[in-house]
Amino acid sequence: MTFTSPVLSYTLLSPMLILLGGALIGVLVEAFVSKAKRAVVQLTLALGVLSLALFQVWNIRGEQSISPAMGSIIIDGPAVLLQGSILIISIIAILLIADTEHFTALPAALPGSEEEREAIAMGAQVTEVYPLTLFAVAGMLMFPVAGDLITLFVALEMLSLPLYLMAGLSRRRRLASQESALKYFLLGSFSSAFFLFGAAYLYGFSGSLDFAGIQASVVGGGGNDVLLLIGMAFLSIGLLFKVGAVPFHSWAPDVYQGAPTPVTAFMAAATKVAAFGAMLRIYYTVFANAQWSWSPMLTGIAVITMLLGSLVAATQRDVKRMLAYSSIAHAGFLLTGVIALNKAGLDATIFYLFAYGVATVGAFAVVTLVRDSSGEVTDLNRWKGLGKRSPFAASTFAFFLLAFAGIPLTSGFIGKFSIFSAAYESGATGLVLVAILSSALAAFFYIRVIVLMFFSDATEDGTSVEMPSILTRSTIVVSAAITLVLGVYPTPLIDFISELAIFIR
Amino acid sequence: MFLPLVGAAVVSVLPKANEKAAKQAAFATTIAVLLVTIGMVLSFERENVAFQFVEKYAWIPSFGINFAVGIDAVALVLILMSTILAPIVVLAGWNEAHGGRWSVKTFYILILVLETMMIGVFAATDVFLFYVIFEAMLIPVYFLIGGYGTGERAAAAVKFLIYSLVGGLLMLASIIALYVMSGDQFGHTFDINELSQLQMSSTTQSLLFLGFFIAFAIKAPVWPFHTWLPDAAASASPGTSVLLLGVLDKVGTFGMIRYCLTLFPEASKTFTPVILILAVISILYGAFLAIGQKDIKRLIAFTSISHFGFITLGIFAMTSQGHSGAVLYMFNHAFSTAALFLVAGWMISRRGSSTVSDFGGLQRVTPVMAWSFFFAGLSSLALPGLSSFVSEFLVLVGTFTRYPVHAIIATFGIVLAALYILIPVQKALHGPTTPGNENLKDLNLREKIAIAPVVAIIVVLGFYPSPLLKIINPATTNIIAQLGFSDPAPSFEDK
Repeated sequence: MTFTSPVLSYTLLSPMLILLGGALIGVLVEAFVSKAKRAVVQLTLALGVLSLALFQVWNIRGEQSISPAMGSIIIDGPAVLLQGSILIISIIAILLIADTEHFTALPAALPGSEEEREAIAMGAQVTEVYPLTLFAVAGMLMFPVAGDLITLFVALEMLSLPLYLMAGLSRRRRLASQESALKYFLLGSFSSAFFLFGAAYLYGFSGSLDFAGIQASVVGGGGNDVLLLIGMAFLSIGLLFKVGAVPFHSWAPDVYQGAPTPVTAFMAAATKVAAFGAMLRIYYTVFANAQWSWSPMLTGIAVITMLLGSLVAATQRDVKRMLAYSSIAHAGFLLTGVIALNKAGLDATIFYLFAYGVATVGAFAVVTLVRDSSGEVTDLNRWKGLGKRSPFAASTFAFFLLAFAGIPLTSGFIGKFSIFSAAYESGATGLVLVAILSSALAAFFYIRVIVLMFFSDATEDGTSVEMPSILTRSTIVVSAAITLVLGVYPTPLIDFISELAIFIR
Repeated sequence: MFLPLVGAAVVSVLPKANEKAAKQAAFATTIAVLLVTIGMVLSFERENVAFQFVEKYAWIPSFGINFAVGIDAVALVLILMSTILAPIVVLAGWNEAHGGRWSVKTFYILILVLETMMIGVFAATDVFLFYVIFEAMLIPVYFLIGGYGTGERAAAAVKFLIYSLVGGLLMLASIIALYVMSGDQFGHTFDINELSQLQMSSTTQSLLFLGFFIAFAIKAPVWPFHTWLPDAAASASPGTSVLLLGVLDKVGTFGMIRYCLTLFPEASKTFTPVILILAVISILYGAFLAIGQKDIKRLIAFTSISHFGFITLGIFAMTSQGHSGAVLYMFNHAFSTAALFLVAGWMISRRGSSTVSDFGGLQRVTPVMAWSFFFAGLSSLALPGLSSFVSEFLVLVGTFTRYPVHAIIATFGIVLAALYILIPVQKALHGPTTPGNENLKDLNLREKIAIAPVVAIIVVLGFYPSPLLKIINPATTNIIAQLGFSDPAPSFEDK
């Protein structure tokens, strides 16, 4: 047996390679740089690496190749767009993560133990969070560009494992945080198992693990359709779990609530982009010819996801749980774009992902500002009268909520409009009506929060708004600015997307 | 059109403490806008039924969305109405913002932003642009009601917003359908002229028509979509109520003419019988409930529901008199309601109560205020010689020629109007002075200046409405002709 050495196209792979390299250096920094300087060095490194990767993504826009890594990776227009979105969102989110106030001093210590008190007294910080973030981002970048099922799975694990860890790092309410990490880990592994199971069936169906081979079998027919259906169903479960679609959503509220808020922001926004990116590639190319068999299933899931997300969100008393359910509802809207299966749907979904991701980071950033002596205040009742206490926090949060609700002049409206019109164009009229109905439901609870903040009188219970550090503040300002600009003048981005967003096959 | 926005920017940079400067800047801006509008009215070509003063810039070309504005006669009249009301509201409500949740400055910024949108919503010739403004203008109104109103202001603001949003989303569904169909037939567009060329099956047309109509019916409001209005109007400050009823609700009836009739002529005809019945119900229902109201602001709100019934009746009677009457009615209603609300607002702020029976004997204590209210009431019940009479008469004549039964039933609305206006006038203004009213102050100079133009407009248009009718008539005749109707009776043009 002869061994052919792999031919790699380093330029096209460079964004991922840069991140992995950066993450490894980050680990070394943990070991060798003194404690006092570590945080600054790590932050600078992470920002530098992310920006460099983004620069590389910009350089390779327009390139198309199915073999930068022997067919395991596919670089094309959508890949560049999705990687760019993930990187931009990560840069905004890392500024938020940099506010170390949110993280525990010593993750290994038991909550409330002597060790923990000592660590706090010593001023220890978890700077590991930076390399973890970089690893997760690398996995996210690989997820939507994977060209075979094995790479897809590796990417899935690469993005998930650091997130499981990061979810448990919260400084306050450590038990809840660790519980959420464990829950996320167990359910996540469960869904990974489903994913692998599906991959095995797809291999049985087509005799191939790479997308081109599976696609050829789907197009050619002749294979055993039962294997295809089972494989497709299980693979979809794995992906739907990551985006938090009903009925695979039950982890989302707990994890969103328990994880440190900056991590929630990062996870909610960037993971969604990555997972939907992979879904787009799989449904738009690999399974495109088997539309008859997945479209009804996804339609059903989209409908219950939108309705349940919007309905349950309205009953939440905790701001992070409310945002979690709202993100579930948004997953439903995004599925609408996947189901559309046309060019407009692809453009719209990518636009929506970016717009939603940015607004999500911004909204969670505001959540980190509202605090009392024992940490963040997430009980909505204590957000009463926020408009008076801090017009900055309240008005930016209201603005992000309006964007989620899809009010005109925010990016959310353009996103919703384009995704709904794409779905309508593909003939899914019923789905669009459900989507509009649940938008109306969703608008109700977003507005309720705005009422709480502006029109209710504050109760004196020690809730205060921390004046944010410059980093958090810039997260909020940048997110709000992007949300506004994309709402008022989205043309450049829309044109850019529609020019690039063509799958290589 | 963007002038008020500039004003808003100016106001926003003024120091917070200097409330007077904010007010003056806002007032100056609204006056400047009014002057520009008058200039446009003078240069408007009356016989030209196409859009004038057209401006068009690409906004989101890949969706075929343009920032396109243009004005036809109907829009012109409504813009004129809005820009006249704006300075009056600013002047009349000089001290309105003080009891608010936020600063006086914010109040004027919101008012000016709202004025921009009011002009934009009437001028938009791109359906997408229209929708964007239609929805976006909810936000300033929401904060105006919720922040500067009285009583259950937060609840009323939310009710208003939810109703409007739901209506708006229905309209969005229809707009998306239009957009996709235009893509199939001749390339994606939102241009109203091009969209009116769309071919569609009658079922589709009916469904889309309903999407638009319900949104406008909520806005207008037509029975049974009206329940948000009394709450919102009663809780809002008087100036906001004037803008809400006088201008925002007109967007609903304006939309019926501009969008429902032009885009869906067939469906409009199909639904005419149902809509006419709803209109007649609105007229009578609003009037009956108005008679029963104890709260003066709710009373005015219910009279407006009755008036909007007349406007809707005129629009869907499908005669040119009906149409001209309806458009003129929109204009006149704005001023009679403005007069009612402003005077009522002054009465309430002086007396500290909004119950009708608390105002006994005002005529003796504050003659000018009492007479202004009486006069506004008379205009609202369409006394001959005042402007509302002309429009109400036109609507009824226009309806009668095609739908005599509806017209006759609607006429009872006028009788009821006499009741709902005269009873409170009698209770409140005449009769013995209610204890506590002895020391109320009469209108001051600023308030007199604010109310004077309203009174003048009501009287002048009552005797001599033809300048406006000359602008309106060619347009309405054209719309009716496009719909394929001809007037059944000899026309009633240019007296």
